[in-house]
Amino acid sequence: MTVWSWIAVALVGGGGAIARFVIDSEVDRVFGGEFPLGTLAVNLSGAFLLGLLTGLALSTMALLIFGTATVGSYSTFSTWMLETDRLGEGGAPGAALANIVVSIVLGVALAALGRTIGGWL
Amino acid sequence: MSRGYDRRELAAIFAGGMIGAVLRVWIARRLVTDPTQWPWAVFAINVTGTVALAYFATRLQERLPQSLYRRPLLGTGFCGAYTTFSTMQVEILMMLDHHAYGLAVGYAAGSVAAGLGAVWLTTALVRRTRVLI
Repeated sequence: MTVWSWIAVALVGGGGAIARFVIDSEVDRVFGGEFPLGTLAVNLSGAFLLGLLTGLALSTMALLIFGTATVGSYSTFSTWMLETDRLGEGGAPGAALANIVVSIVLGVALAALGRTIGGWL
Repeated sequence: MSRGYDRRELAAIFAGGMIGAVLRVWIARRLVTDPTQWPWAVFAINVTGTVALAYFATRLQERLPQSLYRRPLLGTGFCGAYTTFSTMQVEILMMLDHHAYGLAVGYAAGSVAAGLGAVWLTTALVRRTRVLI
């Protein structure tokens, strides 16, 4: 990878993080409750987008920049785990379990759907 | 958008996100696995990033005086961008493509178990260790 590719990874990575923060905040503001819907929305849309990019048959470098770096940075594992733990700690183990199951089942399904749609485009 | 965002907070998130993404891509390029193998790169990234977030969240929220830009820089920016959910989902999809069903279930369950274990252990250690860390 050239230095320019690394600079691109850094810039889109920073942009992905800001997009995550804004969408997470807006979803929580509109639908705000105990359940961390903002992170769920970010992660499910991220799984769909990465599936879509995978289906588009991009070059290795394009997939790395737009997929791994941008969408990878936009979606998050650590916040999902922290919020799930805090839900369980806060006396809502059912919500914690739902946050895990819904994320993974819908995440894989949306990644598959995105990839299929990407294959058509 | 109805509320204005603090530009300096956004800048802190951007800076943390830049470093997190570069570090993740750097590790992922050095630990390439095929869809029938355990994806060590993303697994290790997600577990270590979760330890870091649990540390920052517990330490910054519960134990240190509030700082305006540390949480966006280290938590939302760095840990959020360093760890990834979407790549994990596409990896699981690829495992299913290759009929590696046991691996797919094991990877999903193993990541969640390790992630939750990391949050629990880190939180407990930070809350107990009042002076040292």
